[in-house]
Amino acid sequence: MLTEEEKEINKNKKRNRVLENISIGSFLAYRQVKRSSWATTVLIIFVMTLTFLNLVVVSGILVGLIQGATDAVKKSYISDISVTTLKSKNEIENSPQILKTIQELPWVDSVTARYLTGGVIEANYKTKIKQTDTTDEVSTIISGIDPASEQAVTNLSSFLIEGEYLKADDTDKVIIGSMLLKKYFPVETAGFSTLSDAKVGDKVRITIGVNTREMIIKGIVKTKVDEISRRVFMPESQFRILAGKNDFNVNEMAIKIKPGISPELVRDAIKMTGADKYGKIQTFDEAKPKFLTDLINTFALLGNVVGSIGLVVASITIFIVIYINAITRRKFIGILKGIGIESSAIKTAYVRQAIFYAFIGTALGCLILFALLKPYFDANPIDFPFSDGILSVTISGVLVRVGLLMIATIIAGYIPAQIVVRQNTLDAILGR
Amino acid sequence: MRRYARNDNTKMIKAKGIIKKFKVGDSELVVLKGLDIHVKKGEFVAITGRSGSGKSTLMYQLSLLDEPNSGDIIVDNVNISKLNPQEKTQFRLRELGFVFQDYALIPELNSLENVMLPLLMQGTDKKTAERISRIALEKVGLLDKLENLPSQLSGGQQQRVSIARAIGHSPKIIFADEPTANLDSETAETVLKVFLELSREGQTIVMVTHEKDYAMVAHRVITLSDGVIADNTTGENKFIS
Repeated sequence: MLTEEEKEINKNKKRNRVLENISIGSFLAYRQVKRSSWATTVLIIFVMTLTFLNLVVVSGILVGLIQGATDAVKKSYISDISVTTLKSKNEIENSPQILKTIQELPWVDSVTARYLTGGVIEANYKTKIKQTDTTDEVSTIISGIDPASEQAVTNLSSFLIEGEYLKADDTDKVIIGSMLLKKYFPVETAGFSTLSDAKVGDKVRITIGVNTREMIIKGIVKTKVDEISRRVFMPESQFRILAGKNDFNVNEMAIKIKPGISPELVRDAIKMTGADKYGKIQTFDEAKPKFLTDLINTFALLGNVVGSIGLVVASITIFIVIYINAITRRKFIGILKGIGIESSAIKTAYVRQAIFYAFIGTALGCLILFALLKPYFDANPIDFPFSDGILSVTISGVLVRVGLLMIATIIAGYIPAQIVVRQNTLDAILGR
Repeated sequence: MRRYARNDNTKMIKAKGIIKKFKVGDSELVVLKGLDIHVKKGEFVAITGRSGSGKSTLMYQLSLLDEPNSGDIIVDNVNISKLNPQEKTQFRLRELGFVFQDYALIPELNSLENVMLPLLMQGTDKKTAERISRIALEKVGLLDKLENLPSQLSGGQQQRVSIARAIGHSPKIIFADEPTANLDSETAETVLKVFLELSREGQTIVMVTHEKDYAMVAHRVITLSDGVIADNTTGENKFIS
């Protein structure tokens, strides 16, 4: 039976031995890296950098793709807070009063109110020869807006690809979405048609209910949001005339709040005025289309799957690098063991090397990511049909991946070292 | 750690009934056939014999690099067959020094670092390890090659670094396995002179060599033949050019 003093001595001896092993392992690792081939070291670090970027960028672009779509919906359609019709109503009753209340809130930057109704836009009716000829028309949503307010909230004019933006006093002008034109959206399927030939300056017939009016295409807008790209916009005064609308009740409102203000705070403030009796008041996160939320979750899952595969690939890469390194140095490992260097010190040397490669590779990867790729994708988003794909990376997400890569590295560095170190010392020395 | 045997101060190595077999396909090859061998403290013993006689195999058993199938080996009063692998590693580190045929230096470490390595592993602080290593390298005449990597040294110089590494931590015994086999005769003589000098300082040395002339520098020459001791004669313990 050992006395307490003997136990303490043994404990200290054990601790010292662990420290010696770490110290010798580091001594060997440092010199192995320092005096190994410069080209090999660069290649390994390059592989590690690419592996890290694969881990972060692939999932970042997948998530960024949907993030871009979400941002587009927010920027060009819903904004920070939306007010829409109640399920049981066709319009937001008491709209002028609600609008006034919202405009008076100190956190609100700007607000736009939209009249919406179904209608038909018809082009080329003057070239129609026979009564039996097909009509060049499309059913769509007609939207009456205050051009200045819409501009303040969604910057609609920035999406013009042809022509000019609306003015409040335009009497016979419309802006149409690019998805209504075959030129920009050459897809014809059942229930989804486009105007075959209409351009800025052409006359089109707009029909709402029983009222029809000839108007001129003043501009064409193209956004990443279908709701906008399939609409026809006209000044609200003209809309009310065409729709035969006598009141000022609108169908949706989009509210842009001042930077740094919580949308929930503003939503609750609007609700407290009693506006929620007349309209559904939601923050962007609540109002955004459900498919976007589902897509984000799906793509995040996909990103994680791709990331996990990347992590496995990274682990295998490190494993192969360390294994080849260890197996080609099998003889020297045998010699080290032969002259009395403990196995754990040798394993420490390999794990330290693996950590070094992973650390430098990851650091370089972070540098490329935050100094090059992120700013580049922010400035030049990938042009997808429904989104401006950005690179979605967060510091916390990157740190988690760095941590995972380090853990994978330690395991992938340890296993091959363990395999080689476990071999018989004499066999290793003699190369048997 | 030590499993002490009966104390006998005059004997550094006592090996009795050493049998070593190897499996070759389905059959067994008996390389050492019940050898008894004793090495006194401070003695320089050369083990010689023809290729395949079992001389290297014997050295590996005595130096704890391998385990005999049967027999007892007592080194410095420690029954090494009773030690576990970790204790054997510790024993090799503290009590033994090794010189291999192909020098066995770590390619990424310079001369000084190669010599320092066993000392550092023993827990010697870096400064002391460096000082001792310099002394060891001075002893083998390589004080001017401290920073050189093995690839920057000649074969003879590498072998002398290897000897410096073996003596740096003042081991009880130095085991040398064909230390001159890869060297030309002139360089081999330089290396043997180092051994001779160490022997004169009282260092116990067991050297395996197939060169009978080189074996004669030892106090005693054991000749193996077919796994048994064929001859056990006194050497010259001096270098004959």
